[in-house]
Amino acid sequence: MYYRKETNQIDEVCLLAGKIMLQSGAETYRVEDTMMRMARSFGGNDPQCYVTPTGIIFSLHGAEKTKLLRITKRTTNLNKVIIVNNISRSISKGNISAEEAYKMLIQIEEGNPQYPLSITIASASIASGFSLIMFNGGWNDFLSSFIIGGSGFSCLIYLDRLLNIKFFAEFLASLVIGLMSYFFINIGVGHDLSNIIISSVMPLVPGLLITNAVRDLMAGHLVSGLSKGAEASLTAFAISSGIAIVFSLF
Amino acid sequence: MIVQILTNFIVSGAFAVIFNVPLNSLLQCCLVGMISRLLLILLDSNNIDAVLATLTATFFIGIISQIFAKIYKMPTIVFTIPGIIPLVPGGLAYNATRNFVEDHYDLAIQFAARALMTAGAIAVGLVLSVALTQILKIRKA
Repeated sequence: MYYRKETNQIDEVCLLAGKIMLQSGAETYRVEDTMMRMARSFGGNDPQCYVTPTGIIFSLHGAEKTKLLRITKRTTNLNKVIIVNNISRSISKGNISAEEAYKMLIQIEEGNPQYPLSITIASASIASGFSLIMFNGGWNDFLSSFIIGGSGFSCLIYLDRLLNIKFFAEFLASLVIGLMSYFFINIGVGHDLSNIIISSVMPLVPGLLITNAVRDLMAGHLVSGLSKGAEASLTAFAISSGIAIVFSLF
Repeated sequence: MIVQILTNFIVSGAFAVIFNVPLNSLLQCCLVGMISRLLLILLDSNNIDAVLATLTATFFIGIISQIFAKIYKMPTIVFTIPGIIPLVPGGLAYNATRNFVEDHYDLAIQFAARALMTAGAIAVGLVLSVALTQILKIRKA
């Protein structure tokens, strides 16, 4: 890529870093902090940035054009957050130039998740299965919760890609979990319905959102904190309404 | 009890994989989860209220995560999230939903209130741990 001016490049690097972090599930205050640090260590003068979960506004000089970046898709990939964090750390120490950083960031953005989908789904199964034991369930329900948790999570991933409406995907996934649990009880594989449902729903729980909402609120990012809290409550509501529909059917 | 602690170790690790935490910090995530469950069980066996126990466990998750974050130079949330998810009041929320559907509103409200209290305790625990480190930072400076 060709740059007309040095400042233009600083913009691009900071915005790209911010975009990757925000899309991978970093807290809003961390994104802002990282962008400001990077801009300052590149010699940017009086950088200003405003980050919300859905967009970044960044301006470098009073005379430069302010840039706006819209974020539509957010996933969870903490590995990318860690890598970008490390890059910003070495930029602050002066080890990397803006151009090198830009190349590295492009590579990270295009990079695939660290674990293949099959391993992610397998770990969702493991999480569900062992949650059941953790909640004092019996080992005779382990298998059903293991299978249902994995299928519920793969449903969520598939439906999210298909529908592009996160809450509806979560709702349908928990509906599938509820129906499968009833089915497993009926064919005699499962024994305790409530334990199976509670542990199978675990991979859908919005843990990242809860944590980030609290941390953002405490850092004074009220808009981001409240909107993430709202997202977390909507997710919780979607999950419980999916289960509620199963209860009212049977 | 030991089974519960060990399963929490595994569950936290599995959640860390779901959130794409790199392999070299998986063990720390598991440890955070295990310590929180140990605390929860210890407090519970001493007849301390579940909400207060959750608050204490989350507080320590926050503190340990921040120590790990300092040692391994990583964002704090990497260690916090897998630790916190097993504390989420899934059972209470489930009972609330079930009673709402079955028209037992009095019971449902009770469960929902307890679930909200526990969720609030998780939030307050995190806040307290962040506040404590801020205070220590100011002291040092």
